[in-house]
Amino acid sequence: MTWEEIKKEIKDKYDKKIIKWFEHNDNRIYVDINPEDLVEFAEYLFKELKSRFIIASGVDTPRGGIEILYHFDFFQLPQVFSLRVFLKKPEIEVGSLSPIITGAKWIEREIHELLGVNFKNHPDYKKHLILPEDWPEGKYPLRRDQ
Amino acid sequence: MSEIIPIGPYHPLQEEPEFFRLHVDGERVTQLDIEIGYNHRGIEKLAESKSWDQVVFLVERICGICSTSHPAASINCMEDLGAIEAPERAQYIRTIICELERIHSHLLWLGLAGHFIGYNTVWMWAWKYREIVCDVLEKISGNRQSYSMFKAGGVRRDILEDDIPWIRKKMDELKPSLDMFLGAVSDDPVIHARTKGVGILTKQQAIDYCVVGPTARPSGIEIDVRKDDPYFAYDWVDWDMIVMEEGDVFAKTACRILEMKESVKIIEQCLDKMQPGIIDLEIKELPAGEGIGRAEAPRGEVYHYCLSDGSNFPSRYKVRAPSYTNILSNEVACIGQTVADAALVLAAVDPCYCCTERVVVVDDNTNTEKIISGNDLIKLSHEKTKKLRKELGI
Repeated sequence: MTWEEIKKEIKDKYDKKIIKWFEHNDNRIYVDINPEDLVEFAEYLFKELKSRFIIASGVDTPRGGIEILYHFDFFQLPQVFSLRVFLKKPEIEVGSLSPIITGAKWIEREIHELLGVNFKNHPDYKKHLILPEDWPEGKYPLRRDQ
Repeated sequence: MSEIIPIGPYHPLQEEPEFFRLHVDGERVTQLDIEIGYNHRGIEKLAESKSWDQVVFLVERICGICSTSHPAASINCMEDLGAIEAPERAQYIRTIICELERIHSHLLWLGLAGHFIGYNTVWMWAWKYREIVCDVLEKISGNRQSYSMFKAGGVRRDILEDDIPWIRKKMDELKPSLDMFLGAVSDDPVIHARTKGVGILTKQQAIDYCVVGPTARPSGIEIDVRKDDPYFAYDWVDWDMIVMEEGDVFAKTACRILEMKESVKIIEQCLDKMQPGIIDLEIKELPAGEGIGRAEAPRGEVYHYCLSDGSNFPSRYKVRAPSYTNILSNEVACIGQTVADAALVLAAVDPCYCCTERVVVVDDNTNTEKIISGNDLIKLSHEKTKKLRKELGI
């Protein structure tokens, strides 16, 4: 599929659920959605549109919440498609993508440790991925309010 | 009898510590647990206190082997943020540096892989020819590693016209050795026996684990940032992406050797096409906004994301190295392999090298622990090669 076809499919299917569609340039697309739509949207991108999950970036914003960007690309196409969800403090929770995309397992654990985001249905939280085992609970190194 | 064999986390050969816990049933691996985070340096947090120019130097220190891949992704990221296009000559110079690095990194891997299966001649030869590449890098940048060549909007040093004939001569010296390695790998029956059908990562698994670079391409996935999202001069030169179908250690080895030949092709074309001109735009400021930069490192796609508030410092800087996704795929590639092969499979993703410094064998039934050294694990691998040689009458 060409990028134009993919773009049309996404817009047709999720028109109502997209809060904002922003194109920084031809190859960098940022799309804001509600956290409750994330798992369904990501599953559609990964399984139906055969996209590739690159990584997720968590950002603690001054707007009183945490933003997570899920970056996808579509093999052989230059576009990077970033889904953005905004999680308002204090209940920072969003559905986990790991049951659908195995490659998301580590980055969700990382964001959980560094920013304190809770990923619902994540298969494995038991040990720390990057922080030491004796790291104090409730302290998140990338949070700006601590 | 079920046993657990932990491997790692530290080894002098590797630059990143990782810890692998192999669950084995007799000789066969049934499950693999991976732990990372032994060397988390907080680079992302640190980047928030550095100026944009300093960030490039900071990310150069993430990895010692592919020390130019992170700066490449980083400047792509900043140029995406500021909609900057670097001068043509700078793009060619950047491409040459990136490709020289790919050759030296692949040769380093090839040497270590050779050592692992008991081919120390391959090890010595690969590292000998790697010196040619390091010499060229030293001539251009003044450094064998960590070249400090890149900046947003250009490069810091030019390639002198007087040096170009010498660089060409060095590339000519390299070509026959790459052909020799290709011949050695495709003809040697012992290498075939040790690597073919070993540690297979299927196409579907590669997709599920989102692997990149020479871990994905040998599994039949056409993925290469240089082709998919061309940056620097990759669009202006003619080269082929190496894709294989088998997904085993042999395919991963062959893929890397063929890639080195493509790299030489790219470097020669860049030297041909490079015209005199400016090499730097002297960018002073970057605007507020977001930037995404990608680059194809020797191990796969490096991905950087930055958020800027218009000041001299990034307000968020995210780095994803290729091994971060590739290492996790060992979870499936190792299953069903023997312990003697496991080290080779772990090494085949080139995880900034596989670690065997400390090996503890835990016998679940008697609850006893036995500590054997990393050398013993390499010995296991060497013995298997010797046995194969004997069987094949070589």
